[in-house]
Amino acid sequence: MLNLAGYGPQLLKGTMTTVELSLASLAVSFVIGLLGASAKLSKSRLLKGSATLYTTFIRGVPDLVIMLLLFYSLQIWLNDFTDWVNNTLQTIMSCPPGTSIGWPFSANASAWLAAHVTQWVNDPNGPEYALPLDPFTSGVITLGFIYGAYFTETFRGAFLAVHKGQLEAARAFGMKPGLVFRRILFPQMMRYALPGIGNNWQVILKATALVSLIGLTDVVKVAQSAGEATFRTFYFISMAGVVYLVLTVISNGALLLLERKYSVGVRRAAL
Amino acid sequence: MIEILQQYWKPFLWTDGYNITGLAMTAWLLVSACGIGFCLALPLAIARNARNPLIWFPVWLYTFIFRGTPLYVQLLLIYTGVYGFGFVQHNEALNEFFRQGLNCTILSFGLNTGAYTTEIFAGSIKETNHGEVDAALAFGMSKITLYRRVIIPSALRRALPVYSNEIILMLHATTLAFTATVPDILKVANDAYSQTYNAFDAFGLAAMMYLCVSFTLIFMFRKAERRFLAFLQP
Repeated sequence: MLNLAGYGPQLLKGTMTTVELSLASLAVSFVIGLLGASAKLSKSRLLKGSATLYTTFIRGVPDLVIMLLLFYSLQIWLNDFTDWVNNTLQTIMSCPPGTSIGWPFSANASAWLAAHVTQWVNDPNGPEYALPLDPFTSGVITLGFIYGAYFTETFRGAFLAVHKGQLEAARAFGMKPGLVFRRILFPQMMRYALPGIGNNWQVILKATALVSLIGLTDVVKVAQSAGEATFRTFYFISMAGVVYLVLTVISNGALLLLERKYSVGVRRAAL
Repeated sequence: MIEILQQYWKPFLWTDGYNITGLAMTAWLLVSACGIGFCLALPLAIARNARNPLIWFPVWLYTFIFRGTPLYVQLLLIYTGVYGFGFVQHNEALNEFFRQGLNCTILSFGLNTGAYTTEIFAGSIKETNHGEVDAALAFGMSKITLYRRVIIPSALRRALPVYSNEIILMLHATTLAFTATVPDILKVANDAYSQTYNAFDAFGLAAMMYLCVSFTLIFMFRKAERRFLAFLQP
């Protein structure tokens, strides 16, 4: 029925990449969001200030600009770093064994370390292959960093919505802070945070399309190249759109189930 | 940083000598897209709340498709996909329209923000207090007068906070225009980067410009909210 001109398997692979990228970015931004919300609610001025700066900056600047900024800068920083390591190692290795070079290790250990690190830095494919900074990893880092700011705001609101009495009661039971978070704060906070999480997830899912601009072969990229090869661009790009629609519908269903799970024991007003 | 500023301050702000570029182009994209979106959304939001499924279902389908797919995919579809059809290439007017990156960009941005705006306006129309509608009907207003005098003014006011959010998101989305060779702020930054290989300064400068525009918009909307939503202030 749907033969996709032989590009079916590639489109499926691209779809898997998109889903993996979205899930990985969701995980990273979730953790950053929890940390950011804790920082915003902490008593330390420094933590509060830096978290506010982070969220204001990220939410005021387009995600594509941040993505390009980080993607190209990360590469340049990485190259600078490997150059620096190379130069340092060269000086170390040129020293005769046994001399002191103001380095905390013995000369023999330094030479051993230097040999290994040089091998790694001078990988034939270039240092960016030796260090895992492919488009996928860059995408996860940048998307996680960007949507961490949105999650920070979501979680901050949700943390504030949990009744103080609940936490006091937990502490009165003798629970340690970790246990209070795990058993009392987190499950109740999730109920208030779920609508926001659902929104952010939909946005992340769609934002992954941007990562094809920095060279990831996700579903959009596959559709584009398939369209160029077969001169049926409209058809293949529409297929990519259909993939996103299906993913949206599936995640809507999953969110509904999660919402039901986290609102167990909540009484709704009968209207 | 200084060299980039010296060489690129003019393209970053309004022109590269031939075309409108940078901030002026970004502003034009934002204004035209939001204008199209607003004009689309107002009638569609009313249709979205209709009782007849033949009326609300097409509108729902439109918002579902345009909100469920990435804007980048929509832009690709309109910019590269539509031009592949024979009838578009052979029709002179269509050919002229779809060959221009700027036209395709504005069309896809307008359709996209129109879908989000429709849902925003439809939500606030639906939330209109039933007492206001009853009172208007008791005054003997016709359906059109009811919408023109009571429902629309109050719904647009109540939609303002959410709508301002959508405008900010649209500003962020205009950055995609550079993939269709439209010379907005990001395109100028990209040119500056490919000439100097100084990614941090080139894109950092663009980030600062977008931050300033965002803050200006937020400030303006806060003023507008204080004025138009005065009746909701505690």
